[in-house]
Amino acid sequence: MGEFNLSQALKANRSFVDKVIEESGQDIRQCYQCAKCSGGCPGAYAMDYPPSQIMRMLALGMKDKVLKSRTIWVCMGCNTCTTRCIRNIDIARVMDTLRQEAVKAGYTEKGRTVIAFNDAFLGTVKSYGRLFEAGLLIKFNLSTGNLMKDAQFGLPMLLKGKAKPFPHKIKGRSEVKKIFEKTKQMEGN
Amino acid sequence: MARYAFYPGCSLDTTAVEYGMSTHAVARKLGIEFLEVPDWNCCGASSAHMTDHLLALALPARVLALAETLPVNELVAPCAACHQRFAGVEYELSRDEELKKKVNSLLDRPYTGKVKVKSFLEVFANPETLDKIQKSVKRSLKGLKVACYYGCLFVKPPKVFNYADDPENPQAMDNIIRALGAEPVPWPYKTECCGASLAMTDEEICTKLCNDILRVAKDAGADCVVTCCPVCQQNLDMRQVSVENKYGTKYRMPVPFFTQLIGLALGIDAQALGFKKLFVSPVKMLQKVGAA
Ligand code: SF4
Ligand code: SF4
Repeated sequence: MGEFNLSQALKANRSFVDKVIEESGQDIRQCYQCAKCSGGCPGAYAMDYPPSQIMRMLALGMKDKVLKSRTIWVCMGCNTCTTRCIRNIDIARVMDTLRQEAVKAGYTEKGRTVIAFNDAFLGTVKSYGRLFEAGLLIKFNLSTGNLMKDAQFGLPMLLKGKAKPFPHKIKGRSEVKKIFEKTKQMEGN
Repeated sequence: MARYAFYPGCSLDTTAVEYGMSTHAVARKLGIEFLEVPDWNCCGASSAHMTDHLLALALPARVLALAETLPVNELVAPCAACHQRFAGVEYELSRDEELKKKVNSLLDRPYTGKVKVKSFLEVFANPETLDKIQKSVKRSLKGLKVACYYGCLFVKPPKVFNYADDPENPQAMDNIIRALGAEPVPWPYKTECCGASLAMTDEEICTKLCNDILRVAKDAGADCVVTCCPVCQQNLDMRQVSVENKYGTKYRMPVPFFTQLIGLALGIDAQALGFKKLFVSPVKMLQKVGAA
């Protein structure tokens, strides 16, 4: 982690730590670094910091390093860490909060494809009320510039009757749209 | 007659048609009634909870509120990812009145919590139904070795679920498989993540995790890996050829849904159970039990 002025960082980023605790509802200060979460994390091998280290860095107020980490975008939300944490910390939930904070802070570089995927996914849900796979794939490929991604699965999926060329639109689309719009407003506040 | 509100989720008539086909075929045989939630919407899955917590609560809450219009006490979702979202809403909103009010302010019909979220596996794995299944077996699956793969979200995190299967070594599916005459193999990867949420965004990780699961299942002597989640199933089945290419292996491991195996044992035709919809050919395993 290099040289680091602990007390200074703590003070400067106190509000960030408090915010993460509040948003996630998880008291990360309870972490006693047993590293059980990291031991079972299926993504740890591809992370720059394993989950337990993220927890420590959070407690130390290392806002930028945490939000710029690859870890938060590798995390698959499998909840193994949450299941095993002996201090009852919902680490998977903390990871959700960190992804949201990273987007708010504009640190989206390492999460570019994940964010594009989530946007494309939720975009079809907002429009139709349900996921539309083909629409998701096209939108995602357009936004990442990788037009042929997963194209090899398209035809077999169609042949097996597993892909629908048109979306199913639910009756309550306007209700769903309203949920999206209102939550966005509330987040803005 | 057992009766439940049924939430198919976005994959049951698309990427996981065979899960839907076999579920309904088996339910008819066993006298289980599934009432589809009217005008249901997508639960938002991991994309919603990664993006906005309130959105991730409100989308499933709308579905649960709609389920309250049905003459049922419980809702089931055959998809693990959906199921965990519903269980999460129930867990959080039953503990936080303020939050419940906030979520309800986003919905046209309020969510009261009247309809409880039940594990889809428990629909079949409860002692009574298990007994019924065992007594209705027409074609025993004796000799078939099955690696039961639960994935993450049917059992993790256990605090949000109102049943007590072991998140590290769950038994519900194993018990079902046993009732069919087949043999669940002991293996340590029952609830290891397959990386499906990164399937589109980080193939490297996803392929590695799938390879680990398939390899351990093969080493355990399994004839098939049976799943209870459309997301895991698609990942392990459709992408298996990419895994084999990348790691220079040949698993050819069929990945059917547990409902397809129940159907086989109940004597339902393999075609009607959607076995042809699987990407990795199940012919060998079907032959083994005299169904092909
Ligand atoms: S398992 Fe819990 S207590 Fe242990 S290091 Fe991880 S977060 Fe900290
Ligand atoms: S939820 Fe994320 S951090 Fe936790 S074990 Fe799974 S991948 Fe690792």
